[in-house]
Amino acid sequence: MMKLSKLAAAVAFVMAGSAAVAGEVEVLHWWTSGGEAKSVGELKKIMQGKGHTWKDFAVAGGGGDAAMTVLKSRVVAGNPPAAAQIKGPGIQEWANEGVLANLNDVAKAEKWDTLLPGVVADVMKHKGNYVAAPVNVHRVNWMWANAEVLKKAGVASAPKTWDEFFAAADKVKKAGLIAVAHGGQNWQDFTTFESVVLGVGGAKFYQDALIKLDQKALTSPTMTKSLETFRKIKSYTDPAAPGRDWNLATAMVIQGKAGFQFMGDWAKGEFAAAGKAPGKDYICAAAPGTANAYTFNVDSFAMFKLKDAAAQKAQADLAASIMGTEFQEVFNLNKGSIPVRLNMKMDKFDDCAKLSSKDFVDTAKSGGLVPSIAHGMAVSPAAEGAIKDAVSQFWNDDKISVADGVKNIAKAAQTK
Amino acid sequence: MKSFENLLPKLVIAPGFVLGFAFIYGLMIWNGVLSMTGSRMLPNYENFVGLDQYAALWEMDRWYVALKNLGIFSVLYVGGSMLVGMVLAIFLDQKIRAEGTLRTIYLYPMALSFIVTGTAWKWILNPSDGLQKLMHDLGWTSFNFDWLVQSDYAIYCVVIAGVWQSAGFAMALFLAGLRGIDDSIIKAAQIDGASLPLIYWRIILPILRPVVFSTILVLSHLSIKSFDLVMALTAGGPGYATDVPATFMYTMSFTRGQIGLGAASATMMLATVAAIVVPYLYSELRSKPHDR
Repeated sequence: MMKLSKLAAAVAFVMAGSAAVAGEVEVLHWWTSGGEAKSVGELKKIMQGKGHTWKDFAVAGGGGDAAMTVLKSRVVAGNPPAAAQIKGPGIQEWANEGVLANLNDVAKAEKWDTLLPGVVADVMKHKGNYVAAPVNVHRVNWMWANAEVLKKAGVASAPKTWDEFFAAADKVKKAGLIAVAHGGQNWQDFTTFESVVLGVGGAKFYQDALIKLDQKALTSPTMTKSLETFRKIKSYTDPAAPGRDWNLATAMVIQGKAGFQFMGDWAKGEFAAAGKAPGKDYICAAAPGTANAYTFNVDSFAMFKLKDAAAQKAQADLAASIMGTEFQEVFNLNKGSIPVRLNMKMDKFDDCAKLSSKDFVDTAKSGGLVPSIAHGMAVSPAAEGAIKDAVSQFWNDDKISVADGVKNIAKAAQTK
Repeated sequence: MKSFENLLPKLVIAPGFVLGFAFIYGLMIWNGVLSMTGSRMLPNYENFVGLDQYAALWEMDRWYVALKNLGIFSVLYVGGSMLVGMVLAIFLDQKIRAEGTLRTIYLYPMALSFIVTGTAWKWILNPSDGLQKLMHDLGWTSFNFDWLVQSDYAIYCVVIAGVWQSAGFAMALFLAGLRGIDDSIIKAAQIDGASLPLIYWRIILPILRPVVFSTILVLSHLSIKSFDLVMALTAGGPGYATDVPATFMYTMSFTRGQIGLGAASATMMLATVAAIVVPYLYSELRSKPHDR
């Protein structure tokens, strides 16, 4: 009897001891494709190395819609995850509800203010307090091309203007292949659209029309021209595009079935996971007309207020790890993005990432660095959703005239 | 003791009744209250805006598309399922050989969830991988069936998948009804010289009115509930061409962070459905004593 109670006491002691050290972090995200899942696995490894347990909470859906829905129900139930993949104005909306944790202690200890560009740090703060940890910087206005397909079609190099692009696309089509691999989901339509607007109108027009939502810019002839170019791209996509996931469209380019794809640099993660080399197997170039502009999409993890002390410690470690050099390097190598932490050594990164990093710094100085509206970095979810509907409708329904398309988008931009 | 015996059934049913009343009607009222606030991402009761959300709702093109789709889908789904179900039931009622097997086969789709139905039909109706490609491979290269990717026709694909799923159910209900009809009436009609189609049209179908009533009620509630079928088959369609009020409400409330607008659309859905179902219910339940 004595022995049993001593054993029980010993077990209880050990468990209590370990509970005080190791917390559990439940992390909500939608990184479920090949390259992305590998990247999240790196963060899990780092957290497990620190002795914490990682509870993965992956909700599939490329644009994050399903994940956000699940998050809302968890928060309302009073049981939020430790961290969730929230970005842009969404962070401010959540912070306004008063459910995000204050990360100032971690930020001061890790010197975040000196390590983050101003435009990014502002998004991570709410009323001056850090509430989220940024993970990476994605460039959205990329164009990916299969080098082999371009050679077969007789296209010399990646097109730099929209006229050059349509000429190249014609050549690919004539060679019997699909010119543009597209996934018919509304966020993908919108991603292509914002690159077109950026290329046709330039960074200033993009800012006026899609960020400031200025009605004059939205109804200008430049917007009409953007919509015409946008519609023209559709004729180069294949009829099975509606509903296709983004990574399946990238797979079409990887396998040589299609020539081009307009997608952010998370597509590079797919190329990397398939063992393809930049420059040799695939070409990365800024979308036509956008070489001097950079549409950024910063992924971040917002931290929620937790009640358990061990979980809070684990959460603080998570925030510190996310901004740490080890994670920043290994995660971004797998994901296709570049580190958000400034002054990182870019030796291990490939040429596309080096170009992205250089352009990020250059456009920050020249004013060509703009947030991506298609990826929730620019305006409220309500306005973004309404514009996305109007753009997607225009893409899918050929009966909507360009003039009506302009009107619909302008009306949608007025959504509060 | 006798009064307790009379009271006992009421006591047994009372908890279920109270809970049902509270959760169904109470939550409907809560939803109505929510629709009059300016709630965005999470419910916010301090921000009372009256009927502003309804005004915003009726200005959205997407809402009109959703309502139109609900109308098209409900009418075609209920009508189609009943028609196909009735035809199948009449054929199966002719005392054929493999009736049990055929009945089971026709009823199988009902056992699938709408998600499975939606996904399977999405693959079948996909122009590059499904039926159209099959026809092209077999030689009919001008065969065209890309309704799924056309904004105007995508909703009819949802109807096809829905009717496929529920026709068996309607068939089972009608078959049970047909089996319950007294043979002597039919024999009397045949002696009077009525042809078989006339017998079905003038005698049997009117007798089946209660069965028709229950079938319509079940099918219409299934059609309004068809969120998962639409999501699995088209995810709202090319753009939002196959949006229905259920998917509209879900998107607005949970994805776009406009809970007030979503609640308003839910209340409108309730009002529309009530406006059609309640009079029908009333007329059917009232006229029954007269028919007997």
